[in-house]
Amino acid sequence: MDSCNCIEPQWPPDDLLMKYQYISDFFIALAYFSIPLELIYFVKKSAVFPYRWVLVQFGAFIVLCGATHLINLWTFTMHTRTVAMVMTTAKVFTAVVSCATALMLVHIIPDLLSVKTRELFLKNKAAELDREMGLIRTQEETGRHVRMLTHEIRSTLDRHTILKTTLVELGRTLALEECALWMPTRTGLELQLSYTLRQQNPVGYTVPIHLPVINQVFSSSHAVKISPKCPVARIRPAGKYMPGEVVAVRVPLLHLSNFQINDWPELSTKQYALMVLMLPSDSARQWHVHELELVEVVADQVAVALSHAAILEESMRARDLLMEQNVALDLARREAETAIRARNDFLAVMNHEMRTPMHAIIALSSLLQETELTPEQRLMVETILKSSNLLSTLINDVLDLSRLEDGSLQLDLGTFNLFAVFREVLNLIKPIASVKKLHVSLNLAPDLPEYAIGDEKRLMQTILNVVGNAVKFSKEGSISITAFVAKSELLRDSRTPEFFPVPSDNHFYLRVQVKDSGVGISPQDIPKLFTKFAQTQSTATRNSGGSGLGLAICKRFVNLMEGHIWIESEGLGKGCTAIFMVKLGIPERSNEPKLPFMPKVPTNHGPTAFPGLKVLVMDENGVSRMVTKGLLVHLGCDVTMVSSSEECLRVVSHEHKVVFMDVCVPGMDGYEVAIRINEKFTKRHERPVIVALTGNTDKVTKENCMRVGMDGIILKPVSLDKMRSVLSDLLEHRVLFEAI
Amino acid sequence: MDLVQLQRQLVDYRTSLYHEGFLDEQFTQLQSLQDENNPDFVVEVVSLFFEDSERLLNELSKALEQQVIDFKRMDAQVHQLKGSSSSIGAHRVQKLCIVFRNYCEAQNVEGCLKCLQQVKHEYGIIKTKLESMFQLEQQILNAGGSIPV
Repeated sequence: MDSCNCIEPQWPPDDLLMKYQYISDFFIALAYFSIPLELIYFVKKSAVFPYRWVLVQFGAFIVLCGATHLINLWTFTMHTRTVAMVMTTAKVFTAVVSCATALMLVHIIPDLLSVKTRELFLKNKAAELDREMGLIRTQEETGRHVRMLTHEIRSTLDRHTILKTTLVELGRTLALEECALWMPTRTGLELQLSYTLRQQNPVGYTVPIHLPVINQVFSSSHAVKISPKCPVARIRPAGKYMPGEVVAVRVPLLHLSNFQINDWPELSTKQYALMVLMLPSDSARQWHVHELELVEVVADQVAVALSHAAILEESMRARDLLMEQNVALDLARREAETAIRARNDFLAVMNHEMRTPMHAIIALSSLLQETELTPEQRLMVETILKSSNLLSTLINDVLDLSRLEDGSLQLDLGTFNLFAVFREVLNLIKPIASVKKLHVSLNLAPDLPEYAIGDEKRLMQTILNVVGNAVKFSKEGSISITAFVAKSELLRDSRTPEFFPVPSDNHFYLRVQVKDSGVGISPQDIPKLFTKFAQTQSTATRNSGGSGLGLAICKRFVNLMEGHIWIESEGLGKGCTAIFMVKLGIPERSNEPKLPFMPKVPTNHGPTAFPGLKVLVMDENGVSRMVTKGLLVHLGCDVTMVSSSEECLRVVSHEHKVVFMDVCVPGMDGYEVAIRINEKFTKRHERPVIVALTGNTDKVTKENCMRVGMDGIILKPVSLDKMRSVLSDLLEHRVLFEAI
Repeated sequence: MDLVQLQRQLVDYRTSLYHEGFLDEQFTQLQSLQDENNPDFVVEVVSLFFEDSERLLNELSKALEQQVIDFKRMDAQVHQLKGSSSSIGAHRVQKLCIVFRNYCEAQNVEGCLKCLQQVKHEYGIIKTKLESMFQLEQQILNAGGSIPV
C-alpha cells in the first residue's frame, strides 16, 4: 500500500451491517445534537431551574458524544489520520466529560429525589390547611348567626316575640323545614306544642313529659339527635318523603329564685321546654357539629331572654298591683277622713243638742230646789240634780276626750293665779272630804311663783280630778297635796325614763303630788289606769261611779302641757300617790301690750299720777270739755282746752304728749284733725298720742280711728280710774286699742 | 238745824236722786274730781251745764217753730245736749235726748215737739233738784262742816 496515513476500517464498507451502523450513528448524532438544544431552550424558558451547571455539563457531554458519533461516520471508509486524530480527541474529551458528569450525578440525583418528596409533603400540608380553613370559616359563620340570633332575640322583652323570632331565625340560618317549641303545661306533666315555624296556629298537641326520648333530651345539655318518628317530631303533615334528621334540645326555663348568691343555678330544679328542629326532608343533609353547637347556644340564649321577659312581666304585674293598692288605700284614707269629719260634726251637733236640754234640766231642778218642797220631793229633786250633773259631766268628758283624741284641743293659755287654783280645789273638795272624815292638807312650796302662764281651767280640772280620785278611793285617813317647782335633778325620774323635761328661762315645771291613804292599787292594774273606760274591778270602786274617763283625760291634758302623770302604789290597802308634772310659763314683769286687760302693775293712787303731763283736749261740748279737764287736772296733768279743729291744729305742739279729741260730734271732723296732726309731726317720738273720746264703739268708728292713725279709743263717760289706767297704758306703750 | 242732821239730809237727798234715776255714776265721778285744788268743781260744771242747756233748749224751740225745719241742725244740737247731760250724769235728760235724736232722724215733727216738751220738763226738774242740793251743801259749809261723800 501507499504510505498514506489512512486508517483502514475493520470491516469492509459495503457490508450491510456497516450500512446500518452508519445510519444509526447518523441518527444518534442528530439526536445527540438536538437534545441539548431542547434542554437549552426549555431551561431558558424556566427561570427557576437551579442546576444550570449540571445542564451545561450534560450538554457538553451530549454534544461531545454526538460529535464522536458524527466523526465515526467518517471512519466507515478509508479515512485519513487527521480524522482519526480528531475522532480520538473527541472521544477523549467525551470520556472526560462523561466521567465528570457521572461523578456529578452521584451528588445530584439524591437531591433531585428529595425534591420530589418535599413536594409531596407540601401538597399534603396544603390540603390539610385547606380543610382547616373550611372548618374555621364554618365556625365563624355559625358565630355570626348566633350573634345575629341573639341580637334578634334579646332586642325584645316580649315573650312571644322572643320565641317566634328564635324559631324564624333558626329556621332561616339552618335552612330548616320545621322548628317547634314545646312548653310544659301548668301541671308540669305534659308538654304542649306552643310555637311552630311554618304552621301559623299550632293545634294544642300535648305529649306526656316522661317519655324516654324526652328524658334523654332533658338530661343532656347538648342537642340530641332524635328519631323522626317520635311523638314530638311528628308534627309535619305526613308525606311520602324521607323525613330529614331531627334534633332536639332543652331550653331551661329560669326563675328569679334560681339565682341565689351562693348557689348558682342547679340544674335539678328546672323546668324545661323542648325545641325540636327538623332538616328538610329528602335532602341528604346531615346535622353538622357546628350546627348542633349553634342550636345549643341559641337554646341557652333563649332561656335567658325568656327569663328576662318573665321578670319584666312580674315587675309590671307587681307595679300594677301596687297602683291598685295605692288607689284602694287612698280611697280608704278618704273614707276614714270623711268618717272622722262626720263623727266630729255629729259630736258637735250632739254636744249642743245634748247640752241644751241638760242645761234646762239642771237649771230648773236647782230652781225647784229653792222652792217649798216636801222632804220626799226634795229627795227626788236632789237625785234628779245629781244625776243630771253626772250626765252633764259625762257629756263634757266625752266631748273633751274626742277632741283630745283628734288633737284638735288647744290649751287656752293665760296668766292666772296658781295659788288661787289650789285654794279653789281645796274649797271644792273640803265638803266631801269632811263628810268622809278625811283630812286634806295643802302644801305649797315657798319658791312656787304666784302667777303662771298656762291653761287655768284644764289645770284645775286635772288637779281636781286627781284629788277627787284620792278622796273617792279613801275611806279614812288623810290626803296630802304638795306642789313645788321641779328641780332639774329631780326632773329626770328613774321611773319615767322617757320623759326628759328641759327647763328654760320662761318656763318651770310644776310638780304636784297627791298622797292618799286609801285602798291602793295592785301593781298589775297600774298601767290600765290611764286607759279609757277601763276600771279596776274591786268592789270598793264599783260604788264610786264614774265613767273611767277621768284619768285618761287628765293624761291627755298633762301631755298637752308637755308633762307627765303617773301613779305609784305599794299595793292593795297601802294607799297610793298620784304625781304629775306640767310645764307652765313664767309671766314677765311687764305686761304684754297685746292683751289690753291684763291685771296691771299696781298704779299709784295719788292724785299726781302724771305730774305735769301736757295734754290737749278738743271737745265742742263745753260741759264734757270741762268734765274731761277736771278728770285730767285731778290726775295732775297740765290741760289745754280747745273747742274747734282749727284751734286744735294751731295750738298743738310737740310739748303736748296726749291729745284727747271728741269724734262723735257730727259736723266736726275729728278724723281730719288726726290726719293733720300726723302730717304735722313726722317723727314718731315728737307726735303726741291721739286718743278718740266717743260715745259709741261700733266697728265703723273703730275702723275710722285706726285708719286715720289714732292710737286709741275711749268710750264716754270716762271714770277716774279708767282715765288713769288709760293714761298709764298710753304712756307706757304708746298704743291702746280700746278701753271700754 | 244740826250739822249732823244736815249732813244726813244731804246724803239721803243725794241717794234719792240716784235711786230715782235723776243722776247716775257720772255725777259721782264728778264729785270725786273735786278736791282742795278744785273745791267748786262740781258747782262750776253744773252751772255750765245749766247755761248750755238753756241755750240749746231755746234754740230747739225756735227751730221747731220755723216753717222749714232744719232737722240736721236740730240733730246736732240735741247731740250736744245729750253730751252735756251725760257728762254731768243727768240720766233722764240724756235718755230723752236719745229719743229726741231718733225723732229728728225720722224727721217726725210731732215727735220732736213732744220730746222737746219732755226734755224741758225733765231739765226743769233736775235743775231744781241740783240747786236744792247745792243749797244744802252751802248750808253745811256755812255751818262749818264738811260735805260727806
